Amino acid sequence: MTKHFLEIDNLARRFPAKQGELTVFEHASFGIDKGKFVCIIGHSGCGKSTIMNVLAGLDTPTEGHVFMDGREVSGPSLDRGVVFQNYSLLPWLTALQNVTFGVQARWPNWSKEQVREHSYKYLDMVGLGGGAELRKPAQLSGGMRQRVSIARAFAIEPKLLLLDEPFGALDALTRGTIQEELLKICDATNQTVFMITHDVDEAILLADRILLMTNGPHARIAESVKVDIDHPRDRSSIIHDPGYYPIRNHLVDFLVRRSKELSGAVAPETDAQAAGAHPKIVNPAADATAGNTSAEHSAA
Amino acid sequence: MLQSLNVRATLVSLVMLVVLLGIWELANQAPAADKPLTEYEMLMGGADQEARVPPPSAVIDLAVDELSNPFYDAGPNDKGIGIQLAYSVYRVLAGYLLAALIAIPIGFLIGMSPLMYKALNPFIQVLRPISPLAWMPLALFIIKDSEASSIFVIFICSIWPMLINTAFGVAGVRRDWVNVARTHELSALKTAFAVILPAAAPTILTGMRISIGIAWLVIVAAEMLVGGTGIGYYVWNEWNNLDLTSVIFSILMIGLVGMLLDLALSAATRLVQYQE
Repeated sequence: MTKHFLEIDNLARRFPAKQGELTVFEHASFGIDKGKFVCIIGHSGCGKSTIMNVLAGLDTPTEGHVFMDGREVSGPSLDRGVVFQNYSLLPWLTALQNVTFGVQARWPNWSKEQVREHSYKYLDMVGLGGGAELRKPAQLSGGMRQRVSIARAFAIEPKLLLLDEPFGALDALTRGTIQEELLKICDATNQTVFMITHDVDEAILLADRILLMTNGPHARIAESVKVDIDHPRDRSSIIHDPGYYPIRNHLVDFLVRRSKELSGAVAPETDAQAAGAHPKIVNPAADATAGNTSAEHSAA
Repeated sequence: MLQSLNVRATLVSLVMLVVLLGIWELANQAPAADKPLTEYEMLMGGADQEARVPPPSAVIDLAVDELSNPFYDAGPNDKGIGIQLAYSVYRVLAGYLLAALIAIPIGFLIGMSPLMYKALNPFIQVLRPISPLAWMPLALFIIKDSEASSIFVIFICSIWPMLINTAFGVAGVRRDWVNVARTHELSALKTAFAVILPAAAPTILTGMRISIGIAWLVIVAAEMLVGGTGIGYYVWNEWNNLDLTSVIFSILMIGLVGMLLDLALSAATRLVQYQE
């Protein structure tokens, strides 16, 4: 097994229930390399958020381990920045103070001026400034709040960025704009990102790889889909990429049909994943073009 | 100008005040004498056969008189209204601040720790419904000082709303905000001050506002009991003097000071209020 920057090894989370216990997910093993953007897709209740919480160190897995940079993850750390679905800004602080909150926690010895300068750099990066940064979250639109939240997460310069459905509560237009901004920032900073989403198009636009989860309980990561589309990407041109629709069809087919068919517990001896193997890698873009042209695909 | 709700409300208030005072004034006029008064009748206060509630005009006269020199001190039984109120406010604030000093940290503890909540809950449930004045004999016996005893009574009555509201506010801090503190590796102390305290502050301040109201209610009764100084003592003393004009005047002053205390706390609440 090759060593990845982030290594998730046979993770499982079970909760005590009335009869025995409830297994939310099990046999989850995968790796993320440095600078890669990985999305995870699955229906509600499959344990995506639980995996995210384990990675963030906010929850402890029942079985399995998480290693980052060769060290086991135990408890929350500033090495992992989290953007929560509901922004989680502190409402009594201004947008700027919410960012400096993170920066001060990261570099407690910095001077006030240094903290301010650093915070403004990241607020500018997400397009917030000109007075909006001095307002409280309640006075900002949903899109602006999520920008602040993203700025706070990037400002602590984490080794791994965890995004829990960050655009779920936004309207489609705002979502599109912030997705593109996030894409630009990630390309520029070579940030390693793990993101939960429900949105297939969002996943294809942003991710290098998409993990597909079967329905819970006993959810598993069934496949790892390679998004074989070159960077830089943008929303308007990505849909013309020959790989786009094969990938999209594969994802939709999985969500609509196969996630249900594959759900349920699997006997360990019939499932290679139970032994800690990584999910099967599929490349719908390459499979689709293999038939007609022999176009070369750069490895993502 | 009549469009403004505030202006109209003020007008209605004024009309009601005038009507009320008018009824009060007219209902308490001494009947006019239909024949010349005897010397005895004049000595006993006119032709009136029964005592009447003093009319507002008498109260206003007294108020002007008292408030023009509120801080005079002519011996133990004749002090200005300002001095009496100052004694009461001092006792209330002393007992109240002492209570805050203890209630807020313990409330924090109870709010943070389910174990401490369960362990302390029976004590709180039993001690809370006790009328603060019921503590008075015990306090007098143990403390052996009437001044300190009345402060203790204020302490014991204002501690509960603050304690319960602090615990409630701290326990109800949104999980997300605590998670923000955790993912930023804040220490327990830093989390308490930077996240939980500001998050729970509106609830804590609400408890403090309830407490100051109760403390001001209780101080009047406590001072009637211990005597010596204070607005409660003043009310009872004037009752013993059968000076009902002073009694009514001091009742109004109690209301006024209570309102000011409440306004101060509500202003403080607005300072820490945040919009989610």
